[in-house]
Amino acid sequence: MSKIIEVKNLTKSFKTGEEELVVLNKMSFEVEEGSFFSITGRSGSGKSTLLYQLGLLDHPNSGDIIIDGMNITNLNHKDRTRFRLKELGYVFQDYALVPELSAIENTVIPLLMQGLDKKVAYQKAEDALKKIGMGERLTNLPNQLSGGEQQRVSIARAIAHEPKIIFADEPTANLDSETADTVMKTFLELNANGQTIIMVTHEPEYARLTKRIIKIDKGVILADGGPESAV
Amino acid sequence: MKKGNPSFLNYFGYVIIVLNEMKNQKKKIDEFLISLKLGFFLAIRQIRRSNKATTALIIFVMTLTFLNLVVVRGVLVGLIEGVSRVYREVSTGEVFISNLPKKSYIENSPSVLAKVRSLPWVKSFTPRYLESGTIEADYKTKINLTDGSNSAGGVIAGIDPILENNTTGLSSKIVEGEYLTPEDTEYILIGSSLLKKYVPVDSASFSFLENVEPGTKVRITVGGNTKEFIVKGVIQSKADEVDFRAYILDTTLRNMIGRTDYNVDEIAIKLKEGASPVLVRDSLLKAGVGENARVQTADDAVPKFVTDIKNTFAILGNVVGSIGLVVASITIFIVIFVNALTRKKFIGILKGIGISSQAIEIAYVFQSLFYAILGIGIGLLILYGILVPFIASHPIKFPFSDGILVAEVGATFFRVFLLSLATLVAGYVPARIVVKKNTLDSILGR
Repeated sequence: MSKIIEVKNLTKSFKTGEEELVVLNKMSFEVEEGSFFSITGRSGSGKSTLLYQLGLLDHPNSGDIIIDGMNITNLNHKDRTRFRLKELGYVFQDYALVPELSAIENTVIPLLMQGLDKKVAYQKAEDALKKIGMGERLTNLPNQLSGGEQQRVSIARAIAHEPKIIFADEPTANLDSETADTVMKTFLELNANGQTIIMVTHEPEYARLTKRIIKIDKGVILADGGPESAV
Repeated sequence: MKKGNPSFLNYFGYVIIVLNEMKNQKKKIDEFLISLKLGFFLAIRQIRRSNKATTALIIFVMTLTFLNLVVVRGVLVGLIEGVSRVYREVSTGEVFISNLPKKSYIENSPSVLAKVRSLPWVKSFTPRYLESGTIEADYKTKINLTDGSNSAGGVIAGIDPILENNTTGLSSKIVEGEYLTPEDTEYILIGSSLLKKYVPVDSASFSFLENVEPGTKVRITVGGNTKEFIVKGVIQSKADEVDFRAYILDTTLRNMIGRTDYNVDEIAIKLKEGASPVLVRDSLLKAGVGENARVQTADDAVPKFVTDIKNTFAILGNVVGSIGLVVASITIFIVIFVNALTRKKFIGILKGIGISSQAIEIAYVFQSLFYAILGIGIGLLILYGILVPFIASHPIKFPFSDGILVAEVGATFFRVFLLSLATLVAGYVPARIVVKKNTLDSILGR
């Protein structure tokens, strides 16, 4: 398996008044292609901050992030946006669907932004929604969907353009256990088909379902390994 | 050319640079077109699924702003335009011939009139004799010579009632009594500005006739000759030139002032539909009328103060309209800013999933343009469908004119452009402010 992500000496700190709070401290690790990788840790440990650096939503202070052989650390704003659009997919804790757009419209916008023909884009969006069991709710607005359904639309949006990596930030945190199980099942199915997924979670039972877990605290990796050893 | 030749390599390198530049330009254009399409996609859905009452309110504000921009100026200009129009209608006609500055009448008037008559564009014309004089009433009941007289000074106009009516429609301005007929040698029409009851001003400088109405006998004194007339009617036109005059038959006045040469003092000319007053004026001047008289179009003949007031009112209207424009811009700015700010998180998410800032900004610009276009569209319908025709048939009654609404298509569409431009900027700026915020901060609501 080839490495899809290489993180080298990644440091991220925030200024709070006079003091500097180091959230990620010279962190280094690698992620294999096709991996289901989870980042765990207690609240405030920096797991979401790490995800935002990997997902190009934030800039690290120093260090390098190499995705699929490309050092993306110093890309400009436009190139970062373009990279996120083409290569990455996101699933947020609160679903992050645009309220005025139906399920299929929410799913189709990244495809339209890629310049795909409208018909092709809509077909791909529909396929993605069907793939995660939302084929019957294409035209529903987010407020007409349950939390679990909204999260599945969010996953469909993340996978529709076949990204190299999906970043999921606490995707089950707002869901009841039954719905959360369904969402995790969807992730596992995607991963089984070769999709690389990086997920932040504070719930050990869901972290255990992934292939590899890193546990972080105070900006450093406390544990890194398989589900049994790391949790 | 040999391989490796420096000039060939330079040329080759230049071609590569140009091709790359073209490729970059094409990429930028493609990206812009994609952003445009997606911006439209997002805008349509945001408008369609937004609160209907809020959308209606914004469009209502835009409509009012547009009307404010056009109507305030239009009424102010129309007020003075009404003055010009009434002068043209009841006094000067479309082309006006009057005596030269140092002459007391138009010399060779019969020849001038013949030239006027020969022009194919002339529908009708009316020559007038004018003489300053005094009109006196109640002279029979005056007991002592020292008693103050009930009299007023004014211009006595001698007219052919048929020609005058054909040209200026003077009979339609009769507010009391009746119009003159060609047989009314003993009758007179009195302008309302000579009558106290129509001019509620108590001034020591001006004297007005009191207790005068149709049937009253008045005494006219012109050039030392006095003659008694019976008032047949009262004229009120809102044109001082007309309302400060008393009208008798031209034959009668000519006899009173001894004008045996048929030289008149002014000629008002009414043109056929579509005829150009400038063309007629120039034709008359070319025919030599300018040697004996001053030839003007109605616009030339409008007193300078009227033109000055008209220009001042236009500026005033533009100032008021500009304030309206600023208010509209601020309204749209606030609406879009509040909208964008409350949707900051979603804007962040859109950026996060790779939607370009340009597409999001375009979505907001489209939204503001939607409000503007709809507001302006409704405004145009109200303006040209209701206001202009209504005010044209029911002019606003001002004391000195019947005000109309002036809304020239060119000027209106200039304001449409201005309002659209202001809205575009007012929609873009707040969207840009919010879109420029850090993506992660927006997503996390920081």
